[in-house]
Amino acid sequence: MSKDNPTLIESATFPRHVIAEIQRAAKTGIYDIRGFGAKRDIPTFDDLVFLGASTSRYPLEGYREKCTTEVVLGNRFAKNPIHLKTPITIAGMSFGSLSAQAKESLGRGASLAGTSTTTGDGGMTPEERGHSKTLVYQYLPSRYGMNPDDLRRADAIEIVLGQGAKPGGGGMLLGQKISPRVAQMRNLPEGIDQRSACRHPDWTGPDDLQIKIQELREITNWEKPIYVKVGATRVFYDVTLAVKAGADVVVVDGMQGGTAATQDVFIEHVGIPTLPAVRMAVEALQEMDMHRKVQLIVSGGIRSGADVAKALALGADAVAIGTAALIALGDQSPEYDEDYKAIGSAAGFWDDYQQGNDPAGITTQDPELAKRLDPKLGGRRLANYLNVLTLELQTLARACGKSHVHNLEPEDMVALTMEAAAMAGVPLAGTEWIPGKGGM
Amino acid sequence: MTEINLDNKSVRELNEKLQSASSGDKFSVTNTGGKHAVSVGLISAVNVDINGHVGYYCAGMNQQAKIKINGNAGPGLAENMMSGEVRVTGNASQYAAATAHGGLLVIEGDASSRCGISMKGVNIVVGGNIGHMSAFMAQSGCLVVCGDAGDALGDSIYETKIYVRGKVKSLGADCIEKEMRDEHQKELKQLLKQSRMSYGVDEFRRYGSARKLYNFDIDQVDDY
Repeated sequence: MSKDNPTLIESATFPRHVIAEIQRAAKTGIYDIRGFGAKRDIPTFDDLVFLGASTSRYPLEGYREKCTTEVVLGNRFAKNPIHLKTPITIAGMSFGSLSAQAKESLGRGASLAGTSTTTGDGGMTPEERGHSKTLVYQYLPSRYGMNPDDLRRADAIEIVLGQGAKPGGGGMLLGQKISPRVAQMRNLPEGIDQRSACRHPDWTGPDDLQIKIQELREITNWEKPIYVKVGATRVFYDVTLAVKAGADVVVVDGMQGGTAATQDVFIEHVGIPTLPAVRMAVEALQEMDMHRKVQLIVSGGIRSGADVAKALALGADAVAIGTAALIALGDQSPEYDEDYKAIGSAAGFWDDYQQGNDPAGITTQDPELAKRLDPKLGGRRLANYLNVLTLELQTLARACGKSHVHNLEPEDMVALTMEAAAMAGVPLAGTEWIPGKGGM
Repeated sequence: MTEINLDNKSVRELNEKLQSASSGDKFSVTNTGGKHAVSVGLISAVNVDINGHVGYYCAGMNQQAKIKINGNAGPGLAENMMSGEVRVTGNASQYAAATAHGGLLVIEGDASSRCGISMKGVNIVVGGNIGHMSAFMAQSGCLVVCGDAGDALGDSIYETKIYVRGKVKSLGADCIEKEMRDEHQKELKQLLKQSRMSYGVDEFRRYGSARKLYNFDIDQVDDY
């Protein structure tokens, strides 16, 4: 119903944004491609709350009693596992989708906060390697910029099988972002629409993946932890197969995970939310007696220390952030309100990362726009944000009486909705009822 | 010549030895037994003779080394090779030289499907036939086929040049036959010489990208 005219009733089936999309499709003849992640309302970690300590258990004193946050990733087979100060890592984002300055900022911020950052499609840039104390090298289907020297320069290798924003889909980098440097790194002509393959070119299925992992270990002297990243769909089976193939670490990316450029229909309609994905992954690890032996990193819509704490309480070893990290650098900043308006958007709504005209100078290859992001300042902002998340995480863990954030457990939480209770496998608040699992 | 017998040495020991060897060192590998990841990640100009069949990813990510396989090779032979030369006297399975950035791969026998998939600068010369979907999304470098090519050759190809002596069962999306100009004849002649294939360049036809799918156009959606 319109606020100005109560006799005007908006259709629930055809609200204005649906009508606008039909009109846009009819006009252009192409599906909507955009960045960011799923925008629809789905069950999230917000639907869970912690049961702080009281009579039956005691909390830890903030600022007085230790609540440690260190995490070790990849100690199953790798000679040199990763040691991080905080269980909040930076997810893979490519040079190409992001400017070199943005990649440098991510490296600087992660290093200041004592955590890792990750390359993306298109290979490793010297700026990124130089400013990242701990750098995870993504091994992607396109193999753009894939170089064994970089593989050996990395601290860990992440084999990407899928991404939460588009499980089953490949990447896109539209022509306007294929600058001479990006084209050279990817061995493609400038200005073409670059398609990244949706599956790896030299294997099919989990048995082959096991051999691929063996090859990567042989090439890197069994030193580097090998992560396997999947988009959240059939999480139980995917995690089981990744572990059987020999992964040191499994990364599960829920449907809220961000992307630089994907069809809107893919972002909003493929994959499952992060909330059930964590539980399913943990169940798979527990069934194999591999929980905490193969580490689990969860990503997709992580925004606050509360999200981190809830993911960890459900059994994750660490989380990864992407969209939130870009926002920390300056994405969606009201400082650029006029520029957002000029391209038909607004701070807080902008999602056309594929266009390359990012007012904040982050998701662009335009040298003038890219100059707007000072990598030192960007790095400082990201480090501040990561530190806040870690402090929030510790606050919640101490409230539950935990001396290490990994001591958080599902039993520390209840759900506010039946959906969240069923997805996360924790009881509905005020009951012992977990839908699908019995209780009262 | 150092001999490494895989009956009593592990693949790990073999690769460690080869990866730390110096340019000019010579190795002979025996009793390969179809093992995977044999002779991968080499970084110097060593010579390796592999006597027997090998499994997946033999010579993977090779840099500078000259590797000869006297036998057949499994999937992903010389995948992501950067430089050097790999030669197999028998046949090669799927995805030979997938995503390889440089160097020369010679397959004296036949290559299976997806040979040269997503190749990024490597040169591949196949003495026999190649399977379907070869040179899929091939970006650069040359694929020379002295026999016949299977279905959907060069589907969604970028700038790779394909030379085929025999028949092509079908071409993939955006792949067309192109004029063989002087520079192509020169290039092909050089590749045939390098790979020791005794065919005349006049026997070959050239295929490459029509470049119609480089930027999305709704009116060409049926071509994908």
